[in-house]
Amino acid sequence: MDAAIELDNLARRYGERVALAGVTVSVASGATLAVLGGNGAGKTTLLRVLAGLLRPHGGAARVLGASLPGDRWRLPARVGYLGHEPLLYRELSGRENLRYHARLHGVPDARVDELLAAVGMEERAGDAVRDLSKGMVQRLAAARAVLHDPELLLLDEPRASLDPVAAELLEPLIGRASGRTRVLVSHDVEGALAESDLSLGLRGGRPAPVDAELYR
Amino acid sequence: MTRAARTILRKDLLIEVRTKESVPAMVLFSITVYVLFHFGLDRDSLDGELASGVLWVTLLLAAVIGVSRLFAAEREQGGIDGLLLAPVDRTALFVAKAAALFLFLTAVELVAVPAFALLLLGPGLGGALPELFAVLALGNLGVAAVGALVAALAAETRAHELIVPLLLLPLLVPVLIACAQATEPLFRQEAGPEDLGRWLSLLTLYDVVFVLLSIAVFDFLLED
Repeated sequence: MDAAIELDNLARRYGERVALAGVTVSVASGATLAVLGGNGAGKTTLLRVLAGLLRPHGGAARVLGASLPGDRWRLPARVGYLGHEPLLYRELSGRENLRYHARLHGVPDARVDELLAAVGMEERAGDAVRDLSKGMVQRLAAARAVLHDPELLLLDEPRASLDPVAAELLEPLIGRASGRTRVLVSHDVEGALAESDLSLGLRGGRPAPVDAELYR
Repeated sequence: MTRAARTILRKDLLIEVRTKESVPAMVLFSITVYVLFHFGLDRDSLDGELASGVLWVTLLLAAVIGVSRLFAAEREQGGIDGLLLAPVDRTALFVAKAAALFLFLTAVELVAVPAFALLLLGPGLGGALPELFAVLALGNLGVAAVGALVAALAAETRAHELIVPLLLLPLLVPVLIACAQATEPLFRQEAGPEDLGRWLSLLTLYDVVFVLLSIAVFDFLLED
C-alpha cells in the first residue's frame, strides 16, 4: 500500500528551541497513526507541519505525495485539520461558518446541510457560535474539517469536549469508520492505541517509546 | 479567485455589521478629533491648507484603527489558519481585505466629512463635491492597498497595535501630501490657481504601484 505520510528525520525549531527532531515514520493510506506524549512534547507542532501550516526545518517530509515545504499548496484541498481552535467565527452562526468554509473549498451548500444533520446540529445551526457550548462548537469544527471530504485527517484531541453521544455521532466522520488516513493526537493512551495501526511517542520533540516513562 | 475574495469580503462585512467594532470607532474618533481641533485652534472655521490638513490627518489616523482591526477576527478566533487551510489564492485574501477596508473608510467619510464641514470648514462644499469625491476615492484606494498589506504583516505579531501605526503612517505620507494638496483649492474662501489633475495623477500612480506591490508580496506575509 502507498504511504500517505513519510517523514524522515523531521526537525522543527522555534527560534533556538527544538520542537521536533529525528521524527521518522511512515503511515500507509487509510491507516491511523496515534501520536502520544506529554504537554509540550511536539504533538501539535507535528500536526501543523503535516498540515503545511509550519515549515519543517530539517529532514524530509512527504504528505499525500506532496514534498514539504515546497508543495504545501497541494495540501489544503486534501487535508482536514481539527486542532485546538475550532476555526469558526464567533459572531457567525454554525451554518454561516460552514457555508463560508464550503465556498472557500468550492463545496456546494447541500454538503453543509448534510453535515449539520450528521453532527446533530440542525436545530442550533442558526445560533451564533459564541452562544454554543464547547461540545457543540467541537461538533461544528469536526464538520468543518471534513467539509471537503479530505483524504487525510489531522486530529488534535478531537473528542476532548464531546459527550459520549456526540463522540458516537462523529465516529463516521472522523473516526476509524471514516476510512481516511488519520493522525490522531490524544492523551487517552489506551483509547488512541485501540483505534490506531501504529503509534509514535514524543518526548521533548524526539521519538520515545510508548510506555509509562513517556509522560514523566 | 473572485469567488474566494467575495466570500471573504462578505464574511468580513457580516462580522462588522454584527460586532460594530471598526466603523463606529473610526467615526467617533474622527468626530472627536474635529471637536478637539475646533477648541484647540480656537477657531470656528478653517479654510485652505489648514482645513485640508486637518481633514486628511484625521482621516488617516482614523484609518489606523481600521487597519489594526482588519485581521482581528482571524487573530482572535484562529481564522488565519482557516484561511491557510483552504485552497485559496492569497491574492483573493488581499483583494477581500483591501475591499473591506475601502468600504469601511467610505462609510466613515460619509459621516466624518459632513461633520468636518459642520464643525470646522469655513467655505461651503456644494460646488466642490465631485472633485472631493474623486480625491476621497483615490485616497481610500491607496490607504486600503497599503493598509491590507500592513495589517497582514502585523496580523500574527504580538505588538500589532504598535507595528500598524509605525509602518502604516510613514507609508501613507505620499497619500497625505497628494490628498491634502488636491483638496486645498476646494477649501479656499476665494478661487485661486488649482493643480487638481497633477495631484490626482500622483494618487493614481501611488495606488497602482501599491496595489501591484501588495499583490506581489502578500503571498510571503502569512508564511510562518
